[in-house]
Amino acid sequence: MAIDTATRREVRAHHPGRQRSPGRSRRRLADNLTGHGFLIGAVVCFALFSWYPMVREFIMAFQRTKRGTTTWVGLANLDRIWHDPAFWQAWRNTVYFTLLALVIGFALPFFVAILLNEIRHWQAYLRVLVYLPVMLPPVASVLLFKYFYNPEYGLFNAVLRGLHLPTSNWLDSTAVAMPAVVIVSTWMNMGGTVLIYLAALQGIPGDLYEASELDGAGIWGRIWHVTIPQTRLIISLMLLLQIIATMQVFTEPYLLTGGDGPQGATLTVVNLIYNYAFHFSNYGSAAALGMVMLLVLIGFSAVYVRLNRASD
Amino acid sequence: MATLEPRTRTLISPAQLNRPAGKVLYWIIFAVVTIVFTLVFLGPLYWMVTGGFKTTHEIIQNPPTLFPKHLDAGTYSQAWSHLNMARLLLNSVYYAFGALAFQLVFDVAAAYSLSKLRPVLGNLVLGLMLATLMIPSAVLVIPQYLTVVSLPIVHIGLINTPWAIWLPTVANAFNIFLLKRFFDSIPEELLNAAAIDGASPMKTLLMVVLPISRPILGVVSIFAVVNVWKDFLWPLLVEPDPTRQPVNIGINSLALNVSLNEVIAGLTIASIPTIVFFLIFQRNIMSGLTTGSLKG
Repeated sequence: MAIDTATRREVRAHHPGRQRSPGRSRRRLADNLTGHGFLIGAVVCFALFSWYPMVREFIMAFQRTKRGTTTWVGLANLDRIWHDPAFWQAWRNTVYFTLLALVIGFALPFFVAILLNEIRHWQAYLRVLVYLPVMLPPVASVLLFKYFYNPEYGLFNAVLRGLHLPTSNWLDSTAVAMPAVVIVSTWMNMGGTVLIYLAALQGIPGDLYEASELDGAGIWGRIWHVTIPQTRLIISLMLLLQIIATMQVFTEPYLLTGGDGPQGATLTVVNLIYNYAFHFSNYGSAAALGMVMLLVLIGFSAVYVRLNRASD
Repeated sequence: MATLEPRTRTLISPAQLNRPAGKVLYWIIFAVVTIVFTLVFLGPLYWMVTGGFKTTHEIIQNPPTLFPKHLDAGTYSQAWSHLNMARLLLNSVYYAFGALAFQLVFDVAAAYSLSKLRPVLGNLVLGLMLATLMIPSAVLVIPQYLTVVSLPIVHIGLINTPWAIWLPTVANAFNIFLLKRFFDSIPEELLNAAAIDGASPMKTLLMVVLPISRPILGVVSIFAVVNVWKDFLWPLLVEPDPTRQPVNIGINSLALNVSLNEVIAGLTIASIPTIVFFLIFQRNIMSGLTTGSLKG
């Protein structure tokens, strides 16, 4: 073949009104086959590991498998998890975790980013520092903090004792266990958010601050009237993504407390999905809970996007 | 430094900073931030590295020691053998770079096809791929796991094989999106020129498109490796055999059988490759992060 497919497309583009001929449609077929040939690897992987599991999730939520036979049970799985006390506890814990993670993990990176944006020295060093924990394998950060949290020989209680402050049982205390998980999670993940905010801050035109200053705004005034409005879009997007991500927390509680924690204090929804499936071999309940989670997150995103649009 | 170098104006004006009071305040804040950040972010790592040098007794001593009494690397070599570190690290490398290879081949080919070859139904496929971004990953873990236990139609199990990690990473809509957007920005004339010279679509991809796509390939590659290296839940499910586990899972499952100082030494060993990787690709990683999220 002397002329290649792309050239032919080029030729075709210049002669859109040219008549169809059998040769041309065969060439078009060949073009399409080439295109699909390039696609096939990714499509097979998406089909096997994304699209098919998505369909299967919905089917499984209404099925139950006992001793190898699978039957349709309608809403029985949903009904069962609904009456499981762990279900409500997991949701309470997950919402609590998400709220705590937002108080600490959302506002803090924003102010750290503002601070770093003002500092003119050692910028690279400070940025590397903040991002370093993000790169560590989660097992390293979490097990290290588990050692710090140890009530007897852990670093945190040693520091508190040194400062003559009351010590804590950390992960063994029902009240402190969840905040302790949030601290690790924030330490591990904050770097990414800080860098994204930093990039957004660098896009703010300097004359806006200039103008605001001429109007007599102080530092807080400028943050309120320039920085926040100028980065509003990215802040609201990050907030949504962060809520969706924190609602799916699994690794930190799993490694710190085995998932459940003292009296289930750190049991999250994804931990409960894991327990249903791999401790009780109850895939139906796990799928039903997964579906509830999906609906909650999608519902939340829809409401969030609508509210956000309304406030524009 | 006498005066602060001028640059784009930020929250605080240069005039304010160059006033004597402003300068003093700036240096105080700079010192506080530097010290606090170093303590908060490097402090735990210092404790990890030195913890690996402490003896079984010293590591659970109360109050803890700031410096290990003896610098004995024995704990590290014990951790290396007891935690089977060589095996675990090798597994992680194998999984990460295998996943990278599969993603580069399949995702680049697919994005190129969707961007430049545009076959029939291409947009539908793209839409279905991007739709997966809406589904929270944790929700799909159970059906994905059951799929890997026994693939539909062919009924082959992938549990305890590297395929269980490699192939699902290809189904990454974010990669497709980033790559396609970059390919879209490559002018059509360039490809037509190659085609006139007689290059096939494959040759055009390899000789024309890929060389100019280096920045985006760098971003995709780095995150492909990092994501596999950091992943926890998925390898926990699909690699139950201790000799096939990556570092992340392996250390945790073996941690119960060894003493604390060896666990901490093991964590240090597990962190070193990622820290080295980060310091080498620091610039690409930090700029890639914002390419992916800000404009995406």
